[in-house]
Amino acid sequence: MKPRLVHPVAWWLWAIGMAAAAMRTRNLVLLALIVAVVCYVTLARRIDAPWARAFTLMWRLALLTVLFTVVLQIVLGIRYPGTVLLRLPGTTLPDWSGGIALGGDVTAEALLAALTNGLRLAAIIVCFGSANALAHPTRLLRVVPAALYELGVAAVVAITFVPQLAESTVRIRQAQRLRGRPITGLRGLRGLLVPVLEESLERAIALAASMDSRGYGRRGDVGRAFRALTGAAVLVGLIGACFGTYTVIDSAADRTVGVVALAGGTAVAAAGALIAGRRTQRTSLRKDPWGWPEWLTAGSGIAVAVAYRIAVPNDVNAGYELEWPHAPVSAVLLTVVGVLAGVLTPRPPLPGARATRSPERQLAGTG
Amino acid sequence: MIQLQDVAVTYAGSEAPALSGVTLSVPEGELCLVIGGTGSGKSTLLGTMNGLVPYFTGGRLSGRVTVAGRDTAHHPPRELADVVGAVGQDARATFVTDTVIDELAYTMESLALPRAVMRRRVEDTMDLLGLADLRDRDLRTLSGGEAQRVAIGAVLAAQPRILVLDEPTSALDPGAAEEVLAILQRLVHDIGLTVVIAEHRLERVVQYADSVIVLAGPGGPVRHCSPGEAMAESDIFPPVVALGRLAGWAPLPLSIRDARRAAPALRARLQDAPAVPPTAPPNRDGPPVAQVRGLEVRYAGVTALQGLDLDVRAGQITAVMGRNGAGKSTLLGALCGLVKPNRGTVRIAGADGPERTDGLFVDPRALVGSALLHHVGLVPQQPSDLLYGETAAQECAQSDRESGSPAGLTAQLFQSIAPGAELERHPRDLSEGQRLALALAVVLSGRPRLVLLDEPTRGLDYPAKARLARTLRELAAAGLAIVLATHDVELAAECSDRTVVLAQGQLIADGPSRDVVTHSPVFAPQVAKILAPLPMLTIADVRLALGAPR
Repeated sequence: MKPRLVHPVAWWLWAIGMAAAAMRTRNLVLLALIVAVVCYVTLARRIDAPWARAFTLMWRLALLTVLFTVVLQIVLGIRYPGTVLLRLPGTTLPDWSGGIALGGDVTAEALLAALTNGLRLAAIIVCFGSANALAHPTRLLRVVPAALYELGVAAVVAITFVPQLAESTVRIRQAQRLRGRPITGLRGLRGLLVPVLEESLERAIALAASMDSRGYGRRGDVGRAFRALTGAAVLVGLIGACFGTYTVIDSAADRTVGVVALAGGTAVAAAGALIAGRRTQRTSLRKDPWGWPEWLTAGSGIAVAVAYRIAVPNDVNAGYELEWPHAPVSAVLLTVVGVLAGVLTPRPPLPGARATRSPERQLAGTG
Repeated sequence: MIQLQDVAVTYAGSEAPALSGVTLSVPEGELCLVIGGTGSGKSTLLGTMNGLVPYFTGGRLSGRVTVAGRDTAHHPPRELADVVGAVGQDARATFVTDTVIDELAYTMESLALPRAVMRRRVEDTMDLLGLADLRDRDLRTLSGGEAQRVAIGAVLAAQPRILVLDEPTSALDPGAAEEVLAILQRLVHDIGLTVVIAEHRLERVVQYADSVIVLAGPGGPVRHCSPGEAMAESDIFPPVVALGRLAGWAPLPLSIRDARRAAPALRARLQDAPAVPPTAPPNRDGPPVAQVRGLEVRYAGVTALQGLDLDVRAGQITAVMGRNGAGKSTLLGALCGLVKPNRGTVRIAGADGPERTDGLFVDPRALVGSALLHHVGLVPQQPSDLLYGETAAQECAQSDRESGSPAGLTAQLFQSIAPGAELERHPRDLSEGQRLALALAVVLSGRPRLVLLDEPTRGLDYPAKARLARTLRELAAAGLAIVLATHDVELAAECSDRTVVLAQGQLIADGPSRDVVTHSPVFAPQVAKILAPLPMLTIADVRLALGAPR
């Protein structure tokens, strides 16, 4: 199998599928399994790039989320009756607070509830981080409709922001050291922040100027009004679709409104992009192929989501019983389908000579 | 091809125009060189040619700029992308994508060229610029020369009719610079490309130019004339022209080849001249200030320096030369403790003063805070990295405090290196030369015994460079050890006593500058090339030998 990158949209579909599955269950074993699957696939298929390295940050954030929800539950939370583990001095807040208590009895049930909710959030964060790490951002950008000029510029600037930030930070810290200034602590941070941000701003302007002078967002023979119209259609459509997705996922909201908004928004956005695309404004050298690895990747994610919808009982609104979570074998097997995206797809290409940072970019070599 | 009619540019917040009354016309297929001192409006003039001025810089442009028949008043830069390709001073800042091949295709993608055409042109461009081996490389891993070639290739692949380049060789070593210029010349000859170049280092480009635009100063008069005329009158000229003027050659030679053909008579005269100028003043060989032993530095598995032994002596100016990526910056970094050696040691002479390490040798990495300032100072490639103050005066005061110097010392140093510089300006608003002077003053305020300069002549015009050379010679005469990493062979010839050449992290030559550079076709300055085999490096040498007053 020839190494290549799987299409970024396929990774996003896969990650959304895994996240949707995580939202469907409150079973600790299944949630942990989903996180494990997502982490495995990410580590197996990411490349050595700045956006991919950000995954480390994401899983740490996920871990922090779990810890935070549990601690919050102990200090301040809805009290569940049940096995009392710890008695904290506390008061009950008045009725308008909706049953939230400060301190008081901490029960095992309450901790379990917090752990479960934290893990669900963590699973979604990990899925999001995984999509970010696996989907090549500039290739993803090619999918962004040409009608959205400003969005494209902003996205490119944002993508180059992090690596550039790291580079200037190293350089400016070296300069601080050369002037005998503190490079740690609050004073060091202040001396670092201003020049780094200044430089980032300058770089952003230079980059936007470069994109413009190289023809990005050319109107060509397309009229101004036409562009504005298609741009607006895509934007409005996308907002509608986002709103729809949210309402579909949120169990409390009205489903029909959500489905209509999702379908309608998608249709409007697609129509706008299609009409704009027909008057070709932009081509690409490399066609990012959509072959069987993409079908497999997107398919496995969606399959997990659909399987959870059908096969796993919806226990989201069930109570918290103190018992070892029972994981049906079928659900475990269904979750493992998600791993296929990290096993059967082609490996990412080797990084080539990318490990060598150019020392010239820094003040004086790598410090 | 390019027409400017009575063009004036005034930036927002400034009263005086950066350019005014510019009327000129660059015909198709011409290689046009723009010269002028720092701050004379070269970049502004170039910016008007693809609409970046005023669309991105702000300010007000009056008059009319027409590029390939399109008025820039009605065409923003993106609508000119198919006829003008522009590469800015920092090639890396223009990169939009992340691999070489994507970058080459970017402009064409924006122009919506069919895929088959793009494929072919990407391959052609890679062949033309020698980029085939870099194809899938990450842009951030390229050396300066490679980055410059990719940036040029990226605009060239779209086959514009005009190429606008702002100091395309300033970051390049002599070899890489020659390569880039040779490619440009070939394009002008083969496909009739119109090229406009702004450049300070005339010794690299003037012989390729068909015409020269001379900018006298901000808002001052602008002349567009032949290179010969420009060089006969301009006060900005390369050493080859200086020699021609001194010897009274007519027509004035612009290339080494022409100068050599005119030179036999002069060579004969110099041969008979009584004494060859002394190699170096005898006192320039003081005690060692830095000792490097078996130094090895690796970054992520790539060896930057290998088995390096070097003694830097007080009173000596040492020039470190070599290709882009040869390890020059790394060596300077190791000397001031920013770079951690993987093997070997770097020791620098102790300082007198509160640290009481005088007479001892210390590891620069062990020095923290202001102790470092009293031992060694580095002026980085971008001097502005060292500067954070709101005004030059504030910067100087801050520096006095940090180095524990008497108040006013830095300001005094700054004024003596750059006479007439305004202390109330923001460091960013100083000229390149003044900014360098400010950074050097800040470094000197710590009274270090070792001063390192990384590529100090980038963006400097000839007068600023001459001032720098004078300053460095004075500092060396006062007993400081100076190490200079540079691509500028003329500066090295002008002021260095000793030249060290690095190649792939190894020391391949070390000796008196006069011997090292005259034996190298790449690092020899123009005067040496013209007068070879006579061991003369600079105009000053020739003057001395001819007995003319200095």
